[in-house]
Amino acid sequence: MKLLRAVGRTCARVWPPVLLLALLLAGWQLYVQAGNIDPLILPAPLRIITASIASRSTFAAHIGTTLYETLVGLAAALAFGMLTATIIDLSPFLGRAIYPLLVASQAIPIVAIAPLLIFSFGFGLLPKVIVVTLICFFPITVSMADGLRATDPELIKLYRTFGASELVIFWRVRLPHALPSFFSGLRIAATYAVVGAFLGEYVSAIYGLGILFSYEEHSFRTDLAFGDVIITALLSIALFALVSVIERIALPWYYAGRERDWHEAKPSARRRRALHKHSQGADQPVTIPTEPPHELSTPRKETL
Amino acid sequence: MNVSSPPAPVALTVEGVSKAFPQRGKPVLAVLDHISLQVAAGEFVSVVGPSGSGKSTLLSIIAGLDDPTEGSIALEGDPNAPRLGQIGYMPQRDLLLPWRNALDNALAGIQVQGVPRREARQRAHALFEQFGLADFERSYPHELSGGMRQRVAFARTVLAARNLMLLDEPFGALDALTRLAMQRWLLDIWGQLGKAAILVTHDPEEALLLADHVYVFSARPARVVLSLDVALPRPRQTEIVGSPVFARLKGRLLRALLTGQDIPLEALALQEQEASQEVAL
Repeated sequence: MKLLRAVGRTCARVWPPVLLLALLLAGWQLYVQAGNIDPLILPAPLRIITASIASRSTFAAHIGTTLYETLVGLAAALAFGMLTATIIDLSPFLGRAIYPLLVASQAIPIVAIAPLLIFSFGFGLLPKVIVVTLICFFPITVSMADGLRATDPELIKLYRTFGASELVIFWRVRLPHALPSFFSGLRIAATYAVVGAFLGEYVSAIYGLGILFSYEEHSFRTDLAFGDVIITALLSIALFALVSVIERIALPWYYAGRERDWHEAKPSARRRRALHKHSQGADQPVTIPTEPPHELSTPRKETL
Repeated sequence: MNVSSPPAPVALTVEGVSKAFPQRGKPVLAVLDHISLQVAAGEFVSVVGPSGSGKSTLLSIIAGLDDPTEGSIALEGDPNAPRLGQIGYMPQRDLLLPWRNALDNALAGIQVQGVPRREARQRAHALFEQFGLADFERSYPHELSGGMRQRVAFARTVLAARNLMLLDEPFGALDALTRLAMQRWLLDIWGQLGKAAILVTHDPEEALLLADHVYVFSARPARVVLSLDVALPRPRQTEIVGSPVFARLKGRLLRALLTGQDIPLEALALQEQEASQEVAL
């Protein structure tokens, strides 16, 4: 029963974007067919799908490399970003020294620096991992540093009265407090990561979706190039979803509290209409539907 | 840490404490002006004063978060005793950690102080039983009502306090009804805790109802305007606020609070007499 409801809820959330996407694709298909457009210029969605499925073994051979570079780069960005954020937070002096450099690192056009990295680090995995790390560490650093800084000063004061050291306060209070913000940054980083690996491969590589795209482009297989792009996008979405799931599991307290608040702040349209009718003083008694609260949130326990 | 000594007769002595904050481009801001007060072991002391009169600053200094500009603070007679980690401090907001359940939140202080986990849990357990929170040990803060959250915060304070607790307007953020319930509750359990407390409030009734002794502060810079023994019997009921004794005490307290000086009732009667005589003449 519980599972059924969870599935129902997921479906309710998923169908609007799916419907919109289906409409857009149908329009595209119709446009290409009706306009009799050369598939070299713009292949129709159905053609992209069938062509991609036909050469699935090629894609399969390249996807692993891209995924590997993405994950290694993201892991490096995670380690580097968390470390930098901690340093910025613990030492205001170092923070002032590091911050402008961080911003400068993001001002560098990655497209320009990728070929230079190949010069310096060869054709292997390293330059791609560096590109991914370079793109991903920034949102992680900034979001985590912000989260650490946003800790309630009153809470820090309270822990000081317990006789807690800076380290204990950091570990017990500030780090957990920074996690929601940290995860927001990580989600952004996850979406950038695949694009970073793709870009690094596009410049020069042996395997990977990026270099595959380059081949397909140069051999005028626009349909396969589109397929390549779609697979890259799906990879990004999957990574984003994975991070979101990890976040849900890691921070149940954050979501439980927030969903209850949202539930109260934004009642559903059905409930809102009933409430409105009620406040207008309808002739007949109106029953205001009490929605079952979100599964994660239990109602407040009231005594006194 | 576990050596249990008989409680010292004096829990806290504040001797001539002044505090001034330097301000950029302005004269220093004097907040406390030679405050002296004493808290006996197990005694409940209230501090009443206008808002912004430096009551919270005094608590910060007593807790060891800040140093006085002048004067000394002695914990159980020792002016050099470290105070951080010894005194329970309860801020106005409950400040519960949302990722910890109620019991673990109550353990926050005692855990930092290095009490073994098993012992800490046992003590928290007993306290939850006593506080009527036994069924909510595993509840998370967002599942609890304001009054219950405040009780968990109070449990945290009691556990973290060796002999003295500082309560900084602990009921200030609650609605009137819940506040009343909390006051009643605190009156009930106070006798069993055996710890001294300083309650800061701007509610004269709350101050008198809960305390054995009340200090009234003036507006900034705060001086002690009135030091008043509350000779009401214990155990007390909240209904005592309707008694004539309570009304008299409250009147004196309010006058001190409003005029910034202590006018005993006899003097007031005398003044009124003189005034009426003048009118008669």
